[in-house]
Amino acid sequence: MTANMKALSGTEKSQNRILKFWNSMRNQQMIVTVTFLLIPLGLLFLFTYLPFFKMVEFSFYDMKYIGERKWVGLQNYIDVFTRKDCFDALKLSLYYMAGSVVQLSLALLFAVLLTENTKCRNFFRGALYFPCLVGGIAVGFIFKFFFTHGFILDSILMCFGADLEMLPFWLKDTNINNWVLVAVSVWRYMGQNMVLFIGALASVDSTMYEAAEIDGANAWQKFWYITFPSIRTIIILNLILAVSGSLSSFEMPYVITGGGFGTSTYFVLTDHLAHTNQKVGLASAMSVILLMLILLVTGVQKLAEKKLNQH
Amino acid sequence: MKAKKILTGILKYLILIFAVFCALVPLVSCVITAFKTDAEYQNTSVMTLPENWFYFDNFRIAWQKADMGKAFLNTLTVLVCVISGSILISAMLAYVLNRFRFVGNALIRGLFMIASLIPGIASQVTVYQIMNHLHLINSLGGYIFLMLGTDVISIYIFLQFFENLSPSLDEAAILDGCNYFGVFFRILLPLLKPAIVTSAILKGVATYNEYYMANLYLQDKNRFQTVSTSLFTFTGPMGSQYQYICAGVILTIIPPLLIFLFCQKQIYSGISSGAVKE
Repeated sequence: MTANMKALSGTEKSQNRILKFWNSMRNQQMIVTVTFLLIPLGLLFLFTYLPFFKMVEFSFYDMKYIGERKWVGLQNYIDVFTRKDCFDALKLSLYYMAGSVVQLSLALLFAVLLTENTKCRNFFRGALYFPCLVGGIAVGFIFKFFFTHGFILDSILMCFGADLEMLPFWLKDTNINNWVLVAVSVWRYMGQNMVLFIGALASVDSTMYEAAEIDGANAWQKFWYITFPSIRTIIILNLILAVSGSLSSFEMPYVITGGGFGTSTYFVLTDHLAHTNQKVGLASAMSVILLMLILLVTGVQKLAEKKLNQH
Repeated sequence: MKAKKILTGILKYLILIFAVFCALVPLVSCVITAFKTDAEYQNTSVMTLPENWFYFDNFRIAWQKADMGKAFLNTLTVLVCVISGSILISAMLAYVLNRFRFVGNALIRGLFMIASLIPGIASQVTVYQIMNHLHLINSLGGYIFLMLGTDVISIYIFLQFFENLSPSLDEAAILDGCNYFGVFFRILLPLLKPAIVTSAILKGVATYNEYYMANLYLQDKNRFQTVSTSLFTFTGPMGSQYQYICAGVILTIIPPLLIFLFCQKQIYSGISSGAVKE
């Protein structure tokens, strides 16, 4: 095949030969396409789509990993909506949604502060971004330590005159522990959004700021009339992305509290039901429902993207 | 006017310093504790600095208890295989999708896009069964194979890079008698170097920190623990000896810290390019 093509490319360019040449190029393209696609598509099928279709299948059965399974129709789906623990878990997503609004606002604030001529920009950016690179288990231990009664956070607060007796158990008190986990989540992921926003801000036309300065605009006016409109699209897209992120929040409660004390988010519960209780059917139904929600949110995102690009 | 400017300047730095304080305190307090002797740990407040900054016993003990030597070796093996494999796979896929028109091109892009939406945790219930069926549980190779799967971020990084590489390069090489395999491996792959570095770092950090699947599929912890799962040693009876735990945590953070210090630029650019999917 290859030798054939080489021989042809070197020969006289008669009409017929050129045609043959192109024909063989097409063939070669096909061979390359097939060989290059084989592995990625195989892996995609094996580890993404096959599991997905199996999950849909499992969601109609009452089953464990091993043993008989029983067809139960839509019962698992009905269970998801009627069981108290599933519903409570879904409600917890609201905490994380609120958290992601805070997270994006902070990210935008720091991004703006760091694009002006700020001294030590690289240091500030690096320090705020670094938590994103710390592994999940390490984050878990760091914050278990941080929030233990009488340890880091409490000592800091005591420096400011707080009384240890009055301070709550940060991870056990069900009034606040979900907010505490959301705060850790903001700590961990804010840098990612910040770096993204810094990138977006870098593409804003700097002559507009100069013009505004001549016209006597203050910092807030510059932000509101120039910066914000220029990066509105990326902000809105990140907000929508944050919604699906909140629905699937998993890592912080999983590593810090293990889902105890009322901090079990939807995925922590799914994981628990699947691997500890072996309610494979119910866990599958939960995953399918969440996936539908995420697809819905993404559909909204795509629509928003189209709308925003038109303007 | 001038006074106001100075005031906002001061406010700006106060906000930034406070933010950095919040970002670093949890990490710094870990470092402080890691250097304390047992007596110091028990008798002093958690915020007092250690007396001797060269007290490395906690690190030594943590290293031994968690068997981190083996963990780092396993993780290194996984990293080398996963990074090189996934880069090759993603680059080949991006090359075909970017350069050739064929039926199904858009469909394949769509399939990868949708795949990126499926949270990995959700499908582990069934992936577990597949892995079990293929006898890939408790095998480093099986874990590597699983981690090679869809890496949409690298695919997007490479797709973007190919957009900016003129197809006239390929044509010239083909006129010189190169075939398509040659074009990819000898002409384009070397030119992809910046994209390769970026996606290697991102994939590397993600793989290094991955623990959920490592915990699920590498159950024989004596033989197959990775750096991230090695920290699980410190749960249970050792769960409150924070001087060792902190030392262990610090040990696992050092590699990403070094990567970060030397490759900040690539990480930042990777985040931006990975984010603008489609």
